[in-house]
Amino acid sequence: MSTQTEEYEVFNTDEIASTKPDSVKVTLKTFRFNAETDYLPYYKLYEMEVGKDELVLDLLNRIKWEHDGSFSYRRSCRHGICGACGIKVNGKATLACKQNALELVELFGNELIIEPQSKKRAVKDMIIDKKDFWDKHAEVKPYVVAEIDPHPEHETKQSIEEFNKFLDSDLCIQCGNCHYACPVVEVNEDYLGPAAFNAAYRFTVDTRDEAGEERLQLTAQMGQGVWDCVKCFECAEACPKEINPIEKITKLHNMQFEQGVAVSNVATRHAEGFVRSIKKHGFLDEADIVIYSEGYLGMYKHLKTAIKMLKAGKIHFSDSLPFVDNVPKSKNLDEIQKLIEISMTNKL
Amino acid sequence: MMSNLKYALFTGCTAKQSTPELLSSTLAVAEKLGIEITILEEASCCGASHLQDFDEFLAHVLNARNICYAEKLGMTMITICNTCQLNSAMTKHALDTNPELKARVNEKLAEVGLEYKGTSEVKHFLYCLIDEYGLDNIKDKVKVPLSQFNIAPFYGCHNIRPSELHHDANGGENPYNPTSLDQLIEALEGRPVDYDHKNKCCGFHVELQANHTSEVLAGNAMVDAIDNNADLMVTPCPLCHLKMDTYQDDIGHVIGRDVELPVLHMPQMVALALGCTEEEIGLNFHVQKATHLYPAETA
Repeated sequence: MSTQTEEYEVFNTDEIASTKPDSVKVTLKTFRFNAETDYLPYYKLYEMEVGKDELVLDLLNRIKWEHDGSFSYRRSCRHGICGACGIKVNGKATLACKQNALELVELFGNELIIEPQSKKRAVKDMIIDKKDFWDKHAEVKPYVVAEIDPHPEHETKQSIEEFNKFLDSDLCIQCGNCHYACPVVEVNEDYLGPAAFNAAYRFTVDTRDEAGEERLQLTAQMGQGVWDCVKCFECAEACPKEINPIEKITKLHNMQFEQGVAVSNVATRHAEGFVRSIKKHGFLDEADIVIYSEGYLGMYKHLKTAIKMLKAGKIHFSDSLPFVDNVPKSKNLDEIQKLIEISMTNKL
Repeated sequence: MMSNLKYALFTGCTAKQSTPELLSSTLAVAEKLGIEITILEEASCCGASHLQDFDEFLAHVLNARNICYAEKLGMTMITICNTCQLNSAMTKHALDTNPELKARVNEKLAEVGLEYKGTSEVKHFLYCLIDEYGLDNIKDKVKVPLSQFNIAPFYGCHNIRPSELHHDANGGENPYNPTSLDQLIEALEGRPVDYDHKNKCCGFHVELQANHTSEVLAGNAMVDAIDNNADLMVTPCPLCHLKMDTYQDDIGHVIGRDVELPVLHMPQMVALALGCTEEEIGLNFHVQKATHLYPAETA
């Protein structure tokens, strides 16, 4: 993908100009909080006529310049490259300097709710404490780790194919939009989060880098690593650079198996166990995948649930025994088995 | 009345096992509306994102094979599970936009005499009802209005995100403000509950390895629905259903308060309003009992 085309599309407002009114009256319901003086945050309403070419950043500037000089937010480059102005509008992660304001009015109506990326980390209005983001980002060594010859005789070249592997993930501007859109980051403070995973992927697939295995091991750890991803795709939706972090998370999962970093645990067995089920039935054997992933000893945790499911008729019986070969089989199962045999490349 | 809509149904695994009520209510709704359904008995599991974590290419091959069978019938492939929808649509998108990958997948499929062409759309049954059958037509068929219920729509991630995969064939919702389920509830004369967590994650996919995260995410959504006076929740995804119906005790322990709410599959809600039989609706298969939702005269 070409970055130039992308930028052009984002800033091209001709299309909007042809069909939309020149300006719309908008109410900005704006989160206000000063950690030094306020006990609780509150919302202030600002009404303004918003023009068709105005960006969300223009509206933030107008609040500050025309309404309240104490209103605070981060801004710097105004070109979608410094990553300072990430905020949320009606819950949608937004880079204020890239986002046309009337596009949001079209999505959400005439009241736009302006909030920081993470309300609980708010320091002053839109400004949040991003310490957790930077710490986690740093943890994956987001740089090329290599022994460098101080007097090299030729360049360390990258082929187009090698470069293309990390071209899109390299576009990350560390704005934090994906990180603070991720529900796991909010629940589990150890979780490294989508931006850190994207960075881990970017440098691990770089052929000049030598710390790939270390990063794969770090991101394979239960609790902090990729196995705690809930697959909600909030990060894919939040990224202003269209990096699709969860796609990189899936690649990290795959690379753990490809490079033999994956250890047998409940999560890796759960992933690999799908093949075992599909080979046997075509479908997933819902009971078997739990038993296979947890191990018979780990099953005690699920006994209560299993009994409830049995009582409700959710677990099927075959020859009056639950859990025993009761799974419907796909027609032409032999095709499925053959395809697994000839297409599968990974092992646990 | 026949609607002359014909679909190839990819049931997914759960509708054939732990949520038989999803399949029976789907078929009952289709019959009432005159929608012709052919079940893809050849289909395999979509991989549910977990097979994709293990071996993404293999997952593409198996999902492409499923779609091949819908193509053979010349029909749109419909799904009744958000995760089936997303994983099938991801494969379709990947193959339709990457000729090299499509060729690699077809090389494998050729070994079993199949070819993926890209001629069938992949669409969740929810959007067949809304965009193809039409809300007004559904309205005309309502026999038992759901007017006494406050119904919390729970959209489930994989029907609304990533939005680029749902733009063309699958509803094209605004992931930050989805409306389809709300509209469907209104068409059935129920009252949709407006609450913040309607488009959030239920935590199902990490139930085994990150149990606490899973319970908190499900709990946040359920408590939000309950606090906004929901009598029941409805979801187009059987995985959201399983998480939120089966684990209410555990969710309650983690959240620190009682969490009791019937969670219906989308087709069950429609089936209730269309006056389908109790056997077809299958509320008895729920862990959190929901049979009180049957209309009084038949309960």
